[in-house]
Amino acid sequence: MLTRRILACLDVRDGRVVKGVRFAGHRDMGDVVDLARRHRDAGADELVLYDIAASPRGTCADPAWVARVARAIDIPFCVAGGIRTVAQARTLLNAGADKVSVNTPALERPALIGELAEAFGSQCVVVGVDSRRDADGEWRVRSHAGDPAAMRALPRRTLDWIAEAQALGAGEIVLNCMDSDGTRDGFDLVQLRAARAVCAIPLVASGGAGRAAHFAAAFRDADADAALAAGALHDGSLDLRELKRALAESGLPVRLS
Amino acid sequence: MSAVSPTVALVDAGGANFASVRHALERQGARVRLARDADALRGAQHIILPGVGAARPAMALLRERGFDAALRAVEVPLLGICLGMQLLFEHSAEGDVQALGILPGRVEALPASAGVRVPHMGWNSIWPTRPAPLFEGLPAGVAMYFVHGFAAAHDEACIARCVHGRPFAAAVQRDQVFGVQFHPERSGAAGARVLANFLRVAPP
Repeated sequence: MLTRRILACLDVRDGRVVKGVRFAGHRDMGDVVDLARRHRDAGADELVLYDIAASPRGTCADPAWVARVARAIDIPFCVAGGIRTVAQARTLLNAGADKVSVNTPALERPALIGELAEAFGSQCVVVGVDSRRDADGEWRVRSHAGDPAAMRALPRRTLDWIAEAQALGAGEIVLNCMDSDGTRDGFDLVQLRAARAVCAIPLVASGGAGRAAHFAAAFRDADADAALAAGALHDGSLDLRELKRALAESGLPVRLS
Repeated sequence: MSAVSPTVALVDAGGANFASVRHALERQGARVRLARDADALRGAQHIILPGVGAARPAMALLRERGFDAALRAVEVPLLGICLGMQLLFEHSAEGDVQALGILPGRVEALPASAGVRVPHMGWNSIWPTRPAPLFEGLPAGVAMYFVHGFAAAHDEACIARCVHGRPFAAAVQRDQVFGVQFHPERSGAAGARVLANFLRVAPP
Protein backbone atom coordinates (compact mmCIF):
# COMPACT_ATOMS: atom_id res chain seq x y z
CA MET A 1 0.00 0.00 0.00
CA LEU A 2 1.23 3.44 -0.90
CA THR A 3 2.27 5.17 2.31
CA ARG A 4 1.51 8.76 3.23
CA ARG A 5 4.69 10.77 3.01
CA ILE A 6 6.27 13.22 5.42
CA LEU A 7 8.47 15.77 3.69
CA ALA A 8 11.10 17.68 5.60
CA CYS A 9 11.67 21.13 4.16
CA LEU A 10 15.00 22.90 4.59
CA ASP A 11 15.91 26.45 3.61
CA VAL A 12 19.40 26.54 2.15
CA ARG A 13 21.76 29.40 1.48
CA ASP A 14 25.29 28.90 0.13
CA GLY A 15 25.20 25.24 1.11
CA ARG A 16 24.13 25.95 4.71
CA VAL A 17 20.74 25.30 6.20
CA VAL A 18 19.30 28.45 7.68
CA LYS A 19 16.40 28.67 10.04
CA GLY A 20 13.24 29.67 8.29
CA VAL A 21 12.79 33.11 9.71
CA ARG A 22 11.02 34.85 6.89
CA PHE A 23 12.24 38.39 7.35
CA ALA A 24 15.80 38.79 8.54
CA GLY A 25 18.45 37.38 10.81
CA HIS A 26 18.67 33.89 9.32
CA ARG A 27 20.28 31.62 11.84
CA ASP A 28 22.82 29.07 10.64
CA MET A 29 21.70 25.51 11.42
CA GLY A 30 24.60 23.63 9.83
CA ASP A 31 25.79 22.10 6.58
CA VAL A 32 23.05 20.97 4.22
CA VAL A 33 24.46 17.43 3.94
CA ASP A 34 24.56 16.97 7.73
CA LEU A 35 21.00 18.22 8.14
CA ALA A 36 19.74 16.20 5.17
CA ARG A 37 21.30 13.08 6.69
CA ARG A 38 19.81 13.79 10.08
CA HIS A 39 16.29 14.07 8.69
CA ARG A 40 16.79 11.00 6.53
CA ASP A 41 17.89 9.02 9.58
CA ALA A 42 14.88 10.27 11.53
CA GLY A 43 12.56 8.88 8.86
CA ALA A 44 11.79 11.71 6.44
CA ASP A 45 10.33 10.18 3.29
CA GLU A 46 11.56 12.99 1.10
CA LEU A 47 13.43 16.25 1.45
CA VAL A 48 12.52 19.59 -0.05
CA LEU A 49 15.55 21.83 -0.30
CA TYR A 50 14.73 25.43 -0.99
CA ASP A 51 17.57 27.71 -2.07
CA ILE A 52 16.36 30.96 -0.52
CA ALA A 53 19.25 32.96 -1.97
CA ALA A 54 18.53 32.05 -5.60
CA SER A 55 15.54 34.23 -6.47
CA PRO A 56 16.82 37.43 -4.80
CA ARG A 57 20.13 36.97 -6.65
CA GLY A 58 18.36 36.34 -9.94
CA THR A 59 19.94 32.87 -10.22
CA CYS A 60 18.66 29.34 -9.69
CA ALA A 61 19.47 26.92 -6.90
CA ASP A 62 23.16 26.10 -6.67
CA PRO A 63 24.07 22.73 -8.29
CA ALA A 64 27.22 22.54 -6.14
CA TRP A 65 25.41 21.74 -2.91
CA VAL A 66 22.76 19.74 -4.78
CA ALA A 67 25.53 17.43 -5.97
CA ARG A 68 26.91 17.10 -2.44
CA VAL A 69 23.47 16.12 -1.12
CA ALA A 70 22.94 13.66 -3.99
CA ARG A 71 26.21 11.91 -3.21
CA ALA A 72 25.33 11.44 0.45
CA ILE A 73 21.58 10.88 0.50
CA ASP A 74 19.62 7.78 -0.52
CA ILE A 75 16.09 9.14 -0.30
CA PRO A 76 14.43 11.41 -2.86
CA PHE A 77 14.85 15.13 -2.71
CA CYS A 78 13.30 18.04 -4.51
CA VAL A 79 15.09 21.30 -5.19
CA ALA A 80 13.37 24.69 -5.36
CA GLY A 81 14.52 28.22 -5.89
CA GLY A 82 14.61 30.45 -8.94
CA ILE A 83 14.22 27.73 -11.60
CA ARG A 84 13.03 29.47 -14.79
CA THR A 85 14.28 27.33 -17.66
CA VAL A 86 14.60 23.73 -18.81
CA ALA A 87 18.38 24.18 -18.91
CA GLN A 88 18.49 25.21 -15.24
CA ALA A 89 16.29 22.28 -14.27
CA ARG A 90 18.52 19.92 -16.26
CA THR A 91 21.60 21.16 -14.40
CA LEU A 92 19.95 20.46 -11.05
CA LEU A 93 18.56 17.06 -12.08
CA ASN A 94 21.93 16.06 -13.52
CA ALA A 95 23.51 17.13 -10.23
CA GLY A 96 21.28 14.51 -8.60
CA ALA A 97 18.02 16.19 -7.63
CA ASP A 98 15.02 13.91 -8.15
CA LYS A 99 12.49 16.66 -8.72
CA VAL A 100 12.44 20.38 -9.24
CA SER A 101 9.80 22.69 -7.83
CA VAL A 102 8.69 25.87 -9.56
CA ASN A 103 6.51 28.61 -8.18
CA THR A 104 6.76 32.30 -9.20
CA PRO A 105 8.38 31.61 -12.62
CA ALA A 106 5.50 29.25 -13.45
CA LEU A 107 2.97 31.94 -12.52
CA GLU A 108 4.78 34.38 -14.77
CA ARG A 109 5.03 31.90 -17.63
CA PRO A 110 2.81 28.83 -17.16
CA ALA A 111 4.25 27.20 -20.30
CA LEU A 112 7.36 26.46 -18.20
CA ILE A 113 5.45 23.62 -16.52
CA GLY A 114 4.76 21.93 -19.85
CA GLU A 115 8.33 22.42 -21.04
CA LEU A 116 9.70 20.77 -17.92
CA ALA A 117 7.21 17.89 -18.12
CA GLU A 118 8.08 17.32 -21.76
CA ALA A 119 11.81 17.31 -21.09
CA PHE A 120 11.91 15.22 -17.91
CA GLY A 121 8.46 13.70 -17.41
CA SER A 122 5.72 14.94 -15.10
CA GLN A 123 7.09 12.97 -12.15
CA CYS A 124 10.00 15.46 -11.93
CA VAL A 125 7.85 18.56 -11.95
CA VAL A 126 6.48 19.93 -8.70
CA VAL A 127 4.48 23.15 -8.66
CA GLY A 128 4.56 25.11 -5.43
CA VAL A 129 1.46 27.21 -4.80
CA ASP A 130 1.37 29.97 -2.18
CA SER A 131 -2.23 30.73 -1.39
CA ARG A 132 -4.17 33.06 0.86
CA ARG A 133 -7.86 33.70 1.45
CA ASP A 134 -8.79 37.19 0.30
CA ALA A 135 -11.37 39.46 1.93
CA ASP A 136 -14.05 38.28 -0.52
CA GLY A 137 -13.58 34.70 0.67
CA GLU A 138 -11.76 33.47 -2.46
CA TRP A 139 -8.38 31.75 -2.24
CA ARG A 140 -5.91 33.41 -4.57
CA VAL A 141 -2.26 32.85 -5.26
CA ARG A 142 0.71 34.96 -4.26
CA SER A 143 3.91 35.30 -6.24
CA HIS A 144 7.37 36.08 -4.83
CA ALA A 145 6.14 34.80 -1.45
CA GLY A 146 9.71 34.02 -0.36
CA ASP A 147 10.34 37.75 0.00
CA PRO A 148 7.68 39.73 1.92
CA ALA A 149 8.84 43.01 0.36
CA ALA A 150 8.37 41.65 -3.18
CA MET A 151 5.28 39.48 -2.57
CA ARG A 152 2.36 40.15 -4.90
CA ALA A 153 -1.30 39.20 -4.68
CA LEU A 154 -2.45 37.92 -8.05
CA PRO A 155 -6.00 37.82 -9.42
CA ARG A 156 -5.57 34.10 -10.18
CA ARG A 157 -7.76 31.83 -8.08
CA THR A 158 -5.85 29.08 -6.29
CA LEU A 159 -8.14 26.27 -7.40
CA ASP A 160 -8.00 27.43 -11.05
CA TRP A 161 -4.22 27.55 -10.91
CA ILE A 162 -3.97 24.04 -9.45
CA ALA A 163 -6.20 22.73 -12.24
CA GLU A 164 -4.18 24.60 -14.87
CA ALA A 165 -0.81 23.44 -13.52
CA GLN A 166 -2.07 19.86 -13.56
CA ALA A 167 -3.35 20.19 -17.13
CA LEU A 168 0.03 21.61 -18.20
CA GLY A 169 1.85 18.53 -16.89
CA ALA A 170 2.69 19.09 -13.23
CA GLY A 171 3.34 15.83 -11.39
CA GLU A 172 2.72 17.09 -7.89
CA ILE A 173 1.27 20.17 -6.16
CA VAL A 174 2.62 21.58 -2.90
CA LEU A 175 -0.13 23.79 -1.53
CA ASN A 176 1.25 26.23 0.99
CA CYS A 177 -1.67 27.73 2.86
CA MET A 178 -0.18 31.03 3.98
CA ASP A 179 -2.94 31.85 6.46
CA SER A 180 -2.01 28.84 8.57
CA ASP A 181 1.73 28.94 7.80
CA GLY A 182 3.79 29.31 10.95
CA THR A 183 0.80 29.02 13.29
CA ARG A 184 1.48 25.40 14.37
CA ASP A 185 -2.31 25.17 14.69
CA GLY A 186 -2.75 22.62 11.95
CA PHE A 187 -3.10 22.54 8.20
CA ASP A 188 -5.87 24.47 6.44
CA LEU A 189 -8.15 21.49 5.98
CA VAL A 190 -10.94 23.44 4.29
CA GLN A 191 -8.62 24.72 1.61
CA LEU A 192 -6.86 21.37 1.24
CA ARG A 193 -10.17 19.59 0.74
CA ALA A 194 -11.15 22.09 -1.93
CA ALA A 195 -7.77 21.61 -3.61
CA ARG A 196 -8.10 17.83 -3.39
CA ALA A 197 -11.40 18.01 -5.26
CA VAL A 198 -9.67 19.55 -8.30
CA CYS A 199 -6.32 17.77 -7.98
CA ALA A 200 -5.90 14.24 -9.35
CA ILE A 201 -2.11 14.26 -9.00
CA PRO A 202 -0.27 13.97 -5.68
CA LEU A 203 -1.09 16.83 -3.30
CA VAL A 204 1.25 17.95 -0.53
CA ALA A 205 -0.16 19.85 2.45
CA SER A 206 1.99 22.71 3.68
CA GLY A 207 1.57 25.39 6.30
CA GLY A 208 0.57 24.98 9.93
CA ALA A 209 2.12 21.66 10.96
CA GLY A 210 2.63 21.43 14.69
CA ARG A 211 1.58 18.03 16.03
CA ALA A 212 0.95 14.49 14.83
CA ALA A 213 -2.81 15.05 14.95
CA HIS A 214 -2.43 17.79 12.32
CA PHE A 215 -0.77 15.37 9.92
CA ALA A 216 -3.36 12.69 10.59
CA ALA A 217 -6.10 15.22 9.78
CA ALA A 218 -4.42 16.30 6.53
CA PHE A 219 -4.28 12.64 5.46
CA ARG A 220 -7.68 11.50 6.72
CA ASP A 221 -9.86 14.58 6.30
CA ALA A 222 -8.25 16.19 3.28
CA ASP A 223 -6.79 13.04 1.65
CA ALA A 224 -3.42 14.73 1.13
CA ASP A 225 -0.80 12.34 -0.25
CA ALA A 226 1.99 13.97 1.72
CA ALA A 227 2.51 16.69 4.28
CA LEU A 228 5.39 19.02 4.73
CA ALA A 229 7.08 19.92 7.99
CA ALA A 230 9.43 22.85 8.34
CA GLY A 231 9.44 25.19 11.33
CA ALA A 232 8.21 22.74 13.94
CA LEU A 233 10.84 20.27 12.80
CA HIS A 234 13.68 22.73 13.09
CA ASP A 235 12.90 24.06 16.54
CA GLY A 236 12.63 20.51 17.86
CA SER A 237 8.96 20.72 18.86
CA LEU A 238 8.15 18.01 16.31
CA ASP A 239 10.13 14.77 16.26
CA LEU A 240 9.96 12.83 13.00
CA ARG A 241 10.37 9.43 14.64
CA GLU A 242 7.59 10.09 17.13
CA LEU A 243 5.41 11.61 14.42
CA LYS A 244 5.64 8.54 12.19
CA ARG A 245 5.12 6.19 15.09
CA ALA A 246 2.02 8.11 16.17
CA LEU A 247 0.64 8.07 12.60
CA ALA A 248 1.28 4.32 12.31
CA GLU A 249 -0.44 3.68 15.65
CA SER A 250 -3.45 5.64 14.45
CA GLY A 251 -3.71 3.21 11.52
CA LEU A 252 -2.30 5.37 8.74
CA PRO A 253 0.07 3.67 6.29
CA VAL A 254 3.50 5.22 6.83
CA ARG A 255 7.01 3.99 6.20
CA LEU A 256 8.82 3.10 9.41
CA SER A 257 12.56 2.97 8.84
CA MET B 1 31.19 -8.54 -1.48
CA SER B 2 33.65 -9.67 -4.09
CA ALA B 3 37.28 -8.87 -3.37
CA VAL B 4 37.74 -6.75 -6.49
CA SER B 5 35.27 -3.94 -6.92
CA PRO B 6 33.28 -4.64 -10.05
CA THR B 7 33.07 -2.26 -12.97
CA VAL B 8 29.56 -1.20 -13.76
CA ALA B 9 28.69 0.47 -17.02
CA LEU B 10 25.95 3.03 -16.56
CA VAL B 11 24.11 3.61 -19.82
CA ASP B 12 23.51 7.28 -20.54
CA ALA B 13 20.04 7.23 -22.04
CA GLY B 14 19.64 10.96 -21.55
CA GLY B 15 17.72 10.38 -18.34
CA ALA B 16 18.15 12.69 -15.44
CA ASN B 17 18.86 10.17 -12.69
CA PHE B 18 22.20 8.73 -13.68
CA ALA B 19 23.99 10.91 -11.11
CA SER B 20 21.99 9.47 -8.23
CA VAL B 21 22.38 5.92 -9.55
CA ARG B 22 26.10 6.48 -9.92
CA HIS B 23 26.41 7.75 -6.35
CA ALA B 24 24.41 4.80 -5.03
CA LEU B 25 26.69 2.35 -6.85
CA GLU B 26 29.78 4.13 -5.56
CA ARG B 27 28.40 3.85 -2.03
CA GLN B 28 28.44 0.08 -2.72
CA GLY B 29 32.11 0.28 -3.63
CA ALA B 30 31.54 -0.26 -7.35
CA ARG B 31 33.63 1.41 -10.02
CA VAL B 32 31.24 3.17 -12.36
CA ARG B 33 31.84 3.95 -15.98
CA LEU B 34 29.42 6.25 -17.76
CA ALA B 35 28.69 4.69 -21.17
CA ARG B 36 27.79 7.26 -23.79
CA ASP B 37 27.99 4.74 -26.65
CA ALA B 38 27.82 0.99 -27.11
CA ASP B 39 31.63 0.61 -27.24
CA ALA B 40 31.82 1.78 -23.64
CA LEU B 41 29.89 -1.35 -22.54
CA ARG B 42 32.81 -3.62 -23.42
CA GLY B 43 34.53 -5.21 -20.46
CA ALA B 44 31.91 -4.16 -17.93
CA GLN B 45 30.89 -6.88 -15.46
CA HIS B 46 27.47 -5.37 -14.93
CA ILE B 47 25.35 -2.96 -16.94
CA ILE B 48 22.68 -0.64 -15.60
CA LEU B 49 20.14 1.15 -17.73
CA PRO B 50 18.74 3.94 -15.60
CA GLY B 51 16.06 6.26 -16.79
CA VAL B 52 13.94 9.17 -15.86
CA GLY B 53 11.96 10.84 -18.56
CA ALA B 54 9.82 9.72 -21.43
CA ALA B 55 10.11 6.48 -23.42
CA ARG B 56 10.20 7.95 -26.92
CA PRO B 57 13.20 10.32 -26.58
CA ALA B 58 15.02 7.71 -24.50
CA MET B 59 14.58 5.01 -27.20
CA ALA B 60 15.61 7.47 -29.93
CA LEU B 61 18.81 8.23 -28.04
CA LEU B 62 19.53 4.54 -27.36
CA ARG B 63 19.21 3.79 -31.09
CA GLU B 64 21.29 6.79 -32.09
CA ARG B 65 24.10 5.63 -29.82
CA GLY B 66 23.91 2.01 -30.93
CA PHE B 67 22.73 0.78 -27.55
CA ASP B 68 19.64 -1.02 -28.84
CA ALA B 69 21.55 -3.81 -30.60
CA ALA B 70 24.30 -3.86 -27.97
CA LEU B 71 21.90 -4.25 -25.04
CA ARG B 72 20.02 -7.06 -26.79
CA ALA B 73 23.34 -8.90 -27.13
CA VAL B 74 24.84 -8.36 -23.66
CA GLU B 75 26.04 -11.42 -21.81
CA VAL B 76 26.56 -9.84 -18.39
CA PRO B 77 23.92 -9.02 -15.78
CA LEU B 78 21.76 -6.12 -16.91
CA LEU B 79 19.50 -4.05 -14.66
CA GLY B 80 16.94 -1.57 -15.94
CA ILE B 81 15.72 0.99 -13.42
CA CYS B 82 12.31 2.68 -13.73
CA LEU B 83 12.04 3.82 -17.37
CA GLY B 84 15.09 1.64 -17.97
CA MET B 85 13.05 -1.39 -16.89
CA GLN B 86 10.14 -0.36 -19.10
CA LEU B 87 12.45 -0.11 -22.12
CA LEU B 88 13.41 -3.78 -21.70
CA PHE B 89 9.95 -4.75 -22.96
CA GLU B 90 8.68 -4.85 -26.55
CA HIS B 91 6.52 -1.78 -26.55
CA SER B 92 5.60 1.20 -24.40
CA ALA B 93 2.27 2.97 -24.57
CA GLU B 94 4.12 6.12 -23.48
CA GLY B 95 4.57 7.76 -26.86
CA ASP B 96 3.51 4.47 -28.57
CA VAL B 97 7.13 3.42 -29.04
CA GLN B 98 8.88 0.16 -29.94
CA ALA B 99 11.23 -0.61 -27.06
CA LEU B 100 14.24 -2.96 -26.81
CA GLY B 101 12.23 -6.18 -26.84
CA ILE B 102 14.59 -8.03 -24.50
CA LEU B 103 11.59 -9.13 -22.42
CA PRO B 104 8.19 -10.06 -23.87
CA GLY B 105 5.28 -7.81 -23.12
CA ARG B 106 4.04 -4.26 -23.20
CA VAL B 107 4.17 -1.30 -20.87
CA GLU B 108 0.85 0.44 -20.30
CA ALA B 109 -0.32 3.57 -18.52
CA LEU B 110 -1.35 3.10 -14.91
CA PRO B 111 -5.03 4.00 -14.73
CA ALA B 112 -6.04 6.67 -12.23
CA SER B 113 -9.21 6.12 -10.22
CA ALA B 114 -10.79 7.42 -7.05
CA GLY B 115 -8.00 7.71 -4.48
CA VAL B 116 -5.45 6.25 -6.93
CA ARG B 117 -3.29 9.14 -8.11
CA VAL B 118 -1.10 8.97 -11.20
CA PRO B 119 1.86 9.39 -11.28
CA HIS B 120 2.30 6.73 -8.63
CA MET B 121 4.63 8.66 -6.36
CA GLY B 122 5.98 7.61 -3.00
CA TRP B 123 6.98 4.61 -0.89
CA ASN B 124 5.03 1.44 -1.54
CA SER B 125 5.41 -2.17 -0.43
CA ILE B 126 6.75 -4.79 -2.79
CA TRP B 127 5.87 -8.46 -2.54
CA PRO B 128 8.20 -11.05 -4.06
CA THR B 129 6.33 -13.61 -6.16
CA ARG B 130 9.19 -16.08 -6.26
CA PRO B 131 12.67 -16.34 -4.73
CA ALA B 132 15.05 -14.03 -6.57
CA PRO B 133 18.65 -12.98 -5.92
CA LEU B 134 17.69 -9.30 -6.16
CA PHE B 135 15.65 -9.50 -2.96
CA GLU B 136 17.92 -11.65 -0.87
CA GLY B 137 17.92 -10.46 2.73
CA LEU B 138 14.86 -8.26 2.32
CA PRO B 139 11.51 -8.93 3.98
CA ALA B 140 8.31 -9.25 1.96
CA GLY B 141 6.40 -5.99 2.05
CA VAL B 142 9.48 -3.79 2.30
CA ALA B 143 8.83 -0.24 1.06
CA MET B 144 10.58 1.13 -2.01
CA TYR B 145 10.36 4.54 -3.64
CA PHE B 146 8.31 4.74 -6.85
CA VAL B 147 7.76 7.63 -9.26
CA HIS B 148 6.09 6.58 -12.50
CA GLY B 149 2.98 6.76 -14.61
CA PHE B 150 3.51 3.62 -16.73
CA ALA B 151 4.12 0.03 -15.72
CA ALA B 152 4.56 -3.50 -17.00
CA ALA B 153 1.98 -6.17 -16.35
CA HIS B 154 2.38 -8.57 -13.49
CA ASP B 155 3.16 -11.60 -15.71
CA GLU B 156 5.67 -14.43 -16.04
CA ALA B 157 8.87 -12.35 -15.82
CA CYS B 158 7.60 -10.71 -12.62
CA ILE B 159 9.61 -11.46 -9.47
CA ALA B 160 7.89 -8.90 -7.22
CA ARG B 161 4.59 -7.14 -7.49
CA CYS B 162 3.31 -3.86 -6.17
CA VAL B 163 -0.26 -2.61 -6.01
CA HIS B 164 -1.40 0.86 -6.94
CA GLY B 165 -5.05 0.56 -7.80
CA ARG B 166 -4.13 -2.72 -9.46
CA PRO B 167 -1.10 -5.00 -9.32
CA PHE B 168 1.84 -4.34 -11.62
CA ALA B 169 5.40 -5.64 -11.92
CA ALA B 170 7.64 -3.98 -9.33
CA ALA B 171 10.56 -6.11 -10.51
CA VAL B 172 11.25 -8.56 -13.32
CA GLN B 173 13.92 -11.09 -14.13
CA ARG B 174 14.71 -13.43 -16.97
CA ASP B 175 18.07 -15.13 -16.67
CA GLN B 176 20.54 -12.28 -16.15
CA VAL B 177 18.22 -9.53 -17.26
CA PHE B 178 16.65 -7.65 -14.34
CA GLY B 179 14.37 -4.69 -14.04
CA VAL B 180 13.01 -2.69 -11.12
CA GLN B 181 10.20 -0.19 -11.46
CA PHE B 182 11.14 1.51 -8.20
CA HIS B 183 14.26 3.59 -7.57
CA PRO B 184 16.74 1.52 -5.54
CA GLU B 185 19.09 4.53 -5.54
CA ARG B 186 16.44 6.48 -3.64
CA SER B 187 14.95 3.73 -1.48
CA GLY B 188 17.20 4.04 1.56
CA ALA B 189 18.87 0.97 3.03
CA ALA B 190 16.45 -1.45 1.34
CA GLY B 191 17.23 -0.03 -2.09
CA ALA B 192 20.95 -0.16 -1.38
CA ARG B 193 20.53 -3.87 -0.64
CA VAL B 194 18.89 -4.45 -4.02
CA LEU B 195 21.83 -2.79 -5.79
CA ALA B 196 24.32 -4.77 -3.69
CA ASN B 197 22.44 -7.97 -4.56
CA PHE B 198 22.56 -7.11 -8.26
CA LEU B 199 26.31 -6.46 -8.08
CA ARG B 200 26.68 -9.91 -6.52
CA VAL B 201 25.06 -11.63 -9.50
CA ALA B 202 28.11 -13.21 -11.10
CA PRO B 203 28.72 -12.56 -14.78
CA PRO B 204 28.94 -15.86 -16.73
